[in-house]
Amino acid sequence: MKEVLSQLMKDKFAKIALIVLGVIYLALFFADFLAPYTKDFSDRSMAYVPPSKIFTIDENGRFSKPYTYNYIREFDQKTLEMKYRLDRSQKFYLKFFSKGQSYKFLGIIPMNIHLVTVAPEGRLFLLGTDINGRDVFSRLLFGGRISMTIGFLALFVLFPIGLLYGGISGYLGGKTDIIMMRFAEAVMSIPSFYLLIILASVLPSGMTSIQRFMLIVVILALIGWAGFARVVRGMVLSIKKQEFVQAAKTIGQSRLGIIVKHILPQTTSYVIVAMTLSVPSYILSESGLSFLGLGIQQPDASWGNMLKEAQEFTNIIYRPWLLTPGFLIFVAVLAFNLIGDTIRDILDPRN
Amino acid sequence: MQILIYILKRILQTIPLLVIVSLISFFIIRLSPVDPLAELRLNPSVSQETLQKETQRLGLDKPIIVQYGKWAKSFVKGDLGVTSNGEQVSSKLKERIPNTLLLTVIVIFLTWIVGIPLGIFAAINWKTPFDRILTVLTSVGMAIPSFFFAVLLLIFAVKTGWFPVGGLTSANFADMGIFSQIKDMAHHLVLPVTVLFTISLAGLQRQMRGNMLDVLDSEYVKFARAKGLSEFKVIFKHALRNAVNPLITLLGFEFAGLLSGAALTEYVFQYPGLGRLILEAVLKSDINLVMASLMMGAIMLVLGNLIADILLIITDPRIRT
Repeated sequence: MKEVLSQLMKDKFAKIALIVLGVIYLALFFADFLAPYTKDFSDRSMAYVPPSKIFTIDENGRFSKPYTYNYIREFDQKTLEMKYRLDRSQKFYLKFFSKGQSYKFLGIIPMNIHLVTVAPEGRLFLLGTDINGRDVFSRLLFGGRISMTIGFLALFVLFPIGLLYGGISGYLGGKTDIIMMRFAEAVMSIPSFYLLIILASVLPSGMTSIQRFMLIVVILALIGWAGFARVVRGMVLSIKKQEFVQAAKTIGQSRLGIIVKHILPQTTSYVIVAMTLSVPSYILSESGLSFLGLGIQQPDASWGNMLKEAQEFTNIIYRPWLLTPGFLIFVAVLAFNLIGDTIRDILDPRN
Repeated sequence: MQILIYILKRILQTIPLLVIVSLISFFIIRLSPVDPLAELRLNPSVSQETLQKETQRLGLDKPIIVQYGKWAKSFVKGDLGVTSNGEQVSSKLKERIPNTLLLTVIVIFLTWIVGIPLGIFAAINWKTPFDRILTVLTSVGMAIPSFFFAVLLLIFAVKTGWFPVGGLTSANFADMGIFSQIKDMAHHLVLPVTVLFTISLAGLQRQMRGNMLDVLDSEYVKFARAKGLSEFKVIFKHALRNAVNPLITLLGFEFAGLLSGAALTEYVFQYPGLGRLILEAVLKSDINLVMASLMMGAIMLVLGNLIADILLIITDPRIRT
């Protein structure tokens, strides 16, 4: 395992990918501190405000501490458009490591220090706002927490199921094997995205956001286990012929004990590769589901449901900052893929 | 003769598979607390008579096993019931399935034509800058969320005005001659095909590269080289045939992936395909339509795998024994 990691760091692409993911996860961990606003903060008078402009040279042409102006929303009677104008009457200086909205760090420790904020009357929207006047930058951080963990959680549900199912099917063989594999094949024969949206739509409304999150994890796991179980079964078929299995049988181990204690541990390296390779596909599935409005629901944020607003033409053309979650998904998936590819190359016996 | 028996066996195997698929989908949908006829009841243009007929057909007053039996019987007979708008489900499916097939077949065709040569060239030029660049490009292609890419292309279409946004045909499609009709459809297909092509090309190219590398490493290729055959002959006459075979097995999976990927793409481009149909049906909780399109998706997938298997029997004589 250590060897794999050190080889991983030798590969240029994989190293960059690891660093990128590290930065993303760190940022998500400290989201409360890094975000200027809390998740639920909204200023209804500030819908669709463009990103705040930050000035470091003042109107006299001299350097100054960085400051920003608020926006004023005006309806232009002639062109029938909403206009956003800087309100140059009042400057708001950026304050670092100072008090802002209070939050609970990691949900426990009450704090109110933010990396960067402005005075309470000022507004600092680093990436503009959405339709409800919520800060896109802050929501990106909070949404990332959901988008970037849901894949791992789904895998933790899916792997035990897949391992046990594949292990039992492969070890017992015979009729049990045939029936179990036919069932797995049937699950695989339903186009996965169709199954995904149907399962998501079956969820009753009126659940708390935590319940919904957990159920989506379960649904993602329900889609993926069959393919995984099939590969595990194939491996078990070859492992069970080896001598140590015979030995375990002779000393009277139970069948389940043999499967869990002796056979399944042999598949570890495959499991690790399969894990790194499949995380990105769950990130993509969740974002697709939320994009359609069937996944994580408002007011919670996830990168997918933030992109839901990008479904409107006017939004994508006049408010490009609403597309930022898409770029983050792209970067995260790319990084996971690069790491997965490199791990596969390292474990490949041909090298 | 042997081949025919094998193919026949393979076809018979799909029947229990489809039965299990239908059982799974039926119970998932019936697990939901949604009244399958709620929408139909609310629609004033649907007559009491139709409602009565539907309740009878679905056997809603009977236990769930009987309901499944009734549903399966009418499905086999080809009676798929009515949608919440009172339309026939079967006519709706007849309208949408060809569109999805058109899209996926074009995409598969293009990915094979482009992906196989690219995979071969990457394998021949293993670890050269050309191979490296291709690997990076395919990683990028695999990482873009399909719906996000579709949205980006929509912006492009709106800004430049080069491509129509949404649908498969223009408003005046019916008045066109046959050639302008084909041109019109092709014009509408460019963007959705681009999205799906980019995403599936990456996977195919990598698979082909991997297979080719495996084959080039094998004994018989070394022998062919030692015999003094030209590199061109070694690759295209000896190596290629064995490297392509695993891809044929993958064809079925590729088809499955495309059906799923197409759902989101169809949704963004408002393309009238099966994926969008099922999505709309799910959002409206139109049970008949969901059930029928889910089964159709599964049948298409199973058929795709079947065709791939049969192709494999034809190309790879080792399988027949």
